[in-house]
Amino acid sequence: MGKSNEDMEMQTLTEKLLARSSKRKSVRPGEIIISEPDVILSHDNTAAIAEIFAQLPQAKVKHPERLAITLDHAVPPPSAKHALNHARIRDFVREQGISNFFEIGRGICHQVLCEEGIVGPGLSLLGADSHSPHFGWLGAFGAGIGRSEVAALWATGQLWLRVPETMRVTLTGRLNPGVTTKDLTINLIGELSSEGAAYMAVEFAGDGIADLSPDSRAALTNMMAEMGAKNACIAPDEVTWNWIDNTLKRTRPADWAERLDRFREHALYPDAGAVYAAEHRINMHDIEPMVSCPHAVDKVLPLSAIAATAVDLGFIGTCTNGRLEDIAAAAAVLEGKQLKSRLIVIPASSLVLRDAVDAGYIGTLLEAGATIGTPGCGPCMGNHMGVLAPGEVCISSANRNFRGRMGEADAEIYLANPAVVAASCVAGQLIHPAEITSGRQP
Amino acid sequence: MMAGTAHRVWKFGDNVNTDVIFPGKYTYTVSLEPAALARHALEDLDPRFAGAARPGDVIVAGRNWGNGSSREQAVTCLVAVGARAVIAASFARIYYRNAINNGLLVIECPALAEAVSTGDMIEIDMDAYELRFAGQVFSFPALPAEVREIVEAGGIIPYLQLQT
Ligand code: SF4
Repeated sequence: MGKSNEDMEMQTLTEKLLARSSKRKSVRPGEIIISEPDVILSHDNTAAIAEIFAQLPQAKVKHPERLAITLDHAVPPPSAKHALNHARIRDFVREQGISNFFEIGRGICHQVLCEEGIVGPGLSLLGADSHSPHFGWLGAFGAGIGRSEVAALWATGQLWLRVPETMRVTLTGRLNPGVTTKDLTINLIGELSSEGAAYMAVEFAGDGIADLSPDSRAALTNMMAEMGAKNACIAPDEVTWNWIDNTLKRTRPADWAERLDRFREHALYPDAGAVYAAEHRINMHDIEPMVSCPHAVDKVLPLSAIAATAVDLGFIGTCTNGRLEDIAAAAAVLEGKQLKSRLIVIPASSLVLRDAVDAGYIGTLLEAGATIGTPGCGPCMGNHMGVLAPGEVCISSANRNFRGRMGEADAEIYLANPAVVAASCVAGQLIHPAEITSGRQP
Repeated sequence: MMAGTAHRVWKFGDNVNTDVIFPGKYTYTVSLEPAALARHALEDLDPRFAGAARPGDVIVAGRNWGNGSSREQAVTCLVAVGARAVIAASFARIYYRNAINNGLLVIECPALAEAVSTGDMIEIDMDAYELRFAGQVFSFPALPAEVREIVEAGGIIPYLQLQT
């Protein structure tokens, strides 16, 4: 207790989202609520969850329309075992009458559910994937949970959640050319550590956000999983609404207007007097290109401090940095250049791939010598399509660089923004993209 | 219900991740049978643990216990050993949830974590929300009723099985 009634009405965006998902007027940090998420996400792990679900008395999923399932972690299946897993998932989808099912090649769960208008402002999602905070870039609640919990959600539609304290990160100023939100998050995680936001919600605020593109916002919320956050969010603004409008017209020609209306009706915004448990301010102008070094995301150095580290290959893709803007940045660096190190580029979705082809980016990447993969997670968690050999050094646009993540345990993974990845593959070593584009190539 | 039960302590440090609680290399090869899981519990952290731990023992650790992957085996291997609880200065959030949802008692108590060593005996009093050690009393916040019911049922799946 201890809070006045007035305080109780002033809520952060996360508190409002959780109040809605638990059918309450307001919630307070530390409270346990029973949440009924609008969307329950699973992916290639769906068959394993279905085995747990089979132990429950319920034969049928309670709200099949709330489930969203993508095949994305190992697509197309690299082995008979993976293919069998996919076949079991298709059986489950058929038996349970799940319509939000996305086949191999459509893309990574986090990207696809945004593009398809399954998640949007004001909604809440619980997912069997630790990067579920991603969805907060649309002003939604998204959090990762375990497999038993997803099985329980399928059966009952409900799950207990603890309302997190909210940390506010206020962004001011503008990013310098060649610096992205990826650098901003790596910098923040380096400062606050991988448990800097443990149990907490992270809310991005400030007048700097208006200048951030939709593609770059998703990287912000996605990466907060690496700071231990439960969820991360950004209140919807004109940039958000325009993106939803343009995207849904393409993916949902039949019902885009209804979906947009639903999101407009549900959209939530933080109260001006909301209470934040922690505050951080970042002037984006002060950020320089940053790198997470092996084998921890919070082992951070400015690129300038480790330039000239030799790299065997680069990977541009994933739910963090596999969108059109990321591929455009790589194409700008690679225009008219040849690669010294291998480069694998995997668009986050079929929509991104389509746009990248239309814009000519894929042609530029192929001419430079890059390999293009099927939309999905690719080698991000070491399944296939570019896993690392012992001792290899990779520069990646992904979100995790844990030991063994992309293959052999003694391979090394550096994380950076996509332009740095592309430039480093031209130079064969870590390098600032400006040195490549200005022709000062070593 | 279980006032003042006595438990032997296994003490560990900060930032113990799920990879050393249950090595990733076994996640697809070791069966989910309790005996098989128990054999590898904490293998890369303290190889003596799996052989020497007794039912009722407790793990006491520092900050951020269970960070990293969301694998549930990092919880169920300790349940298989018969561990009564993990008491830590703090937990990574998905581990904390997985523990409750698989029937493993998790208690956040930085002061006790500071005070005890391996081999010490502590008392857990779930009715008074107290931990006791060497004459000292450490209180911890009550688990909300909904959550406590899940732990007492042995996890969220048995809890739901009881509901119907
Ligand atoms: S791209 Fe990587 S981080 Fe994102 S969902 Fe796939 S495996 Fe997870």
